[in-house]
Amino acid sequence: MKFNDILWGLLLMAVGIAVLADVRTYPEIPGQQYGPRAFPGLLAWLLIGCAVMLIVNGWRERRRHPWVEAGAWLRSASQLRNFALTVAGLVFYIVAAEKLGFLVCGSVMLAALFWSLRVRAVLILPIAVISTFVIHAIFYKGLRVPLPWGLVPILY
Amino acid sequence: MTWTVFMQALGLVFDPYVLIVILASAIFGLFVGCIPGLTATMATALLVPITFFMPPVPAVAAIVTATAMAIFSGDIPGALLRIPGTPASAAYTDEAYAMTLKGEAETALGAGLVFSALGGLFGTLVLIFMAPSLADIALKFSSFEYFWLVVLGLAGAVFIGNSSVLKASISLLLGLLVACAGADNPGAYPRFTFGVTELNGGVSLIPMMVGMFAVSELLRYMVNMDPPAQIAVKKLGRVFAGMWDLLRKYRWPLMRGNVLGVIIGIQPGSGADMASWMSYAMSKKFSKEPEKFGTGHVEGIVESGAANNSSLGGAWIPAIVFGIPGDSITAIAIGVLYLKNMNPGPTIFINNPENIYAIFFVFILANLIMIPLGWLTIKLAVKILQVPRNILMPIILLFCIVGSFAINNTVFGVGTILVFGLAAFLLEENGFPVAPAILGVVLANMMEENFVTSLIKSDGSLTVFFTRPIAMWLAIFTFLIMFWPVFSWAWNKFRR
Repeated sequence: MKFNDILWGLLLMAVGIAVLADVRTYPEIPGQQYGPRAFPGLLAWLLIGCAVMLIVNGWRERRRHPWVEAGAWLRSASQLRNFALTVAGLVFYIVAAEKLGFLVCGSVMLAALFWSLRVRAVLILPIAVISTFVIHAIFYKGLRVPLPWGLVPILY
Repeated sequence: MTWTVFMQALGLVFDPYVLIVILASAIFGLFVGCIPGLTATMATALLVPITFFMPPVPAVAAIVTATAMAIFSGDIPGALLRIPGTPASAAYTDEAYAMTLKGEAETALGAGLVFSALGGLFGTLVLIFMAPSLADIALKFSSFEYFWLVVLGLAGAVFIGNSSVLKASISLLLGLLVACAGADNPGAYPRFTFGVTELNGGVSLIPMMVGMFAVSELLRYMVNMDPPAQIAVKKLGRVFAGMWDLLRKYRWPLMRGNVLGVIIGIQPGSGADMASWMSYAMSKKFSKEPEKFGTGHVEGIVESGAANNSSLGGAWIPAIVFGIPGDSITAIAIGVLYLKNMNPGPTIFINNPENIYAIFFVFILANLIMIPLGWLTIKLAVKILQVPRNILMPIILLFCIVGSFAINNTVFGVGTILVFGLAAFLLEENGFPVAPAILGVVLANMMEENFVTSLIKSDGSLTVFFTRPIAMWLAIFTFLIMFWPVFSWAWNKFRR
């Protein structure tokens, strides 16, 4: 998905201005001229300068580039579903991992993505569960990462 | 290097645990490089969460080995599918595929393997001899010189090889701003934390890299609409046949590729990809048979195959001596060095000489084992390329989740890979290169520290930045790089 340079320029300018507004609230270091605000302040000014140049470029080429250009994948239902499920899978893990546990969340996420990517139906569940177990074993047992168990009783 | 340090370093490398790590990461690198869509940078980013749990030498050894292997192994799908496995192989993919169509796939892959290993060994030798002597000079540097070194590195990342300097600059500034988050600054004031306690220590580097280089690649795979490529051969024969003759015939192109690769590697901001493209172009220019290029001629593969691997050794010189990465892979490696308390800089040769020489030995070992393991990968290539990517990619996503969780044991890391994965995907779709952002993230702290320290030392005067002799030369180099596009435009106009 492509946005016109003018839109990017406006967004980046807003970021630069927000940074400048934020650094103004930082306290001074007594007896010193340069503190925590100097560096991000300088970066924000540079970003605003670049944003202005981007807007000028975008304005010059406004006839060739539309405001928003949807990529071919956005018109394909399967690609759009793959993309949405990847993002949704990560969000699902963040929200539910503590309650449902790694094994449940991982298996559900993998199964959904396998289905979306057209893996043969009989293979979806076995591969999703086995690979989640293998990754869990490597990190939980091998590297002692405290992955949450959630609904599943502690098995090892 | 004293005898004791030499023996200590050898002992650190030839430890069974380290050797197993090297072997495992070699296999991992060869596999990842061989699969189109999984890059050498992604291989490095995926390895970092695992190296987090290792002592310093095996951690860095894993990254050095996997990278070298992935850069070579990227040649395999190039020759067999006409899809480069990693961007560093893209320059000669058409040439290698044309050789495969002529029935010379073995020669294309054999040349890729042998000359990658030779290039890698050349880059390593330059690294071993150049890094310690540069470190002696770097010991005399003050904050002014370091400030310019960082700016020089960042200028290289922005002004060389990017189609839009403006968008590369914006990407860099965003990286620098992201790294400003947290309380690690002069005054220890928590900046850009939005009240989130996890951000007090700054944005965690490893999840950020996993997001930018692995999750964004996965998202690109998910929306990819290209039809699946067909493998051009069923079975591969003798890989090393005729290599000795090639070595004799193309010894000068090999040498040229080696030297150009190291030089490009040393230049901060440009790595294996650019070494490969420039070297291929140079090979064609100086060849006695330039008309054969593009028709399945091995000469360009010899020269640029050597160049992309020799650039790896070169990129480590500024990384180790100054802490300034040569490309995005060394940027990730620098992050690992900091995590392992092996802070890069000239004093690394005084404080941790055995560790740094052990890493040099790993470079040599990795390039030597590349030959047998690479041979095995070529033999198995037809099978590896048939690995179903629709199963592999979701598993990699789950691996990214665990890897990012493992760093601080919170789901905040998973949120970080999501945000940075989406941001990198969107930025690349809109023509903003991601590499300058990661260089900005890694170098921001060093830049701010040296910038503020220098300003305090000079009482706010900017002239001191230009009056110290070495600082002045570094400033001149920096401005030369910055204004290079203007110079070349003016020169072309003048010639016409």
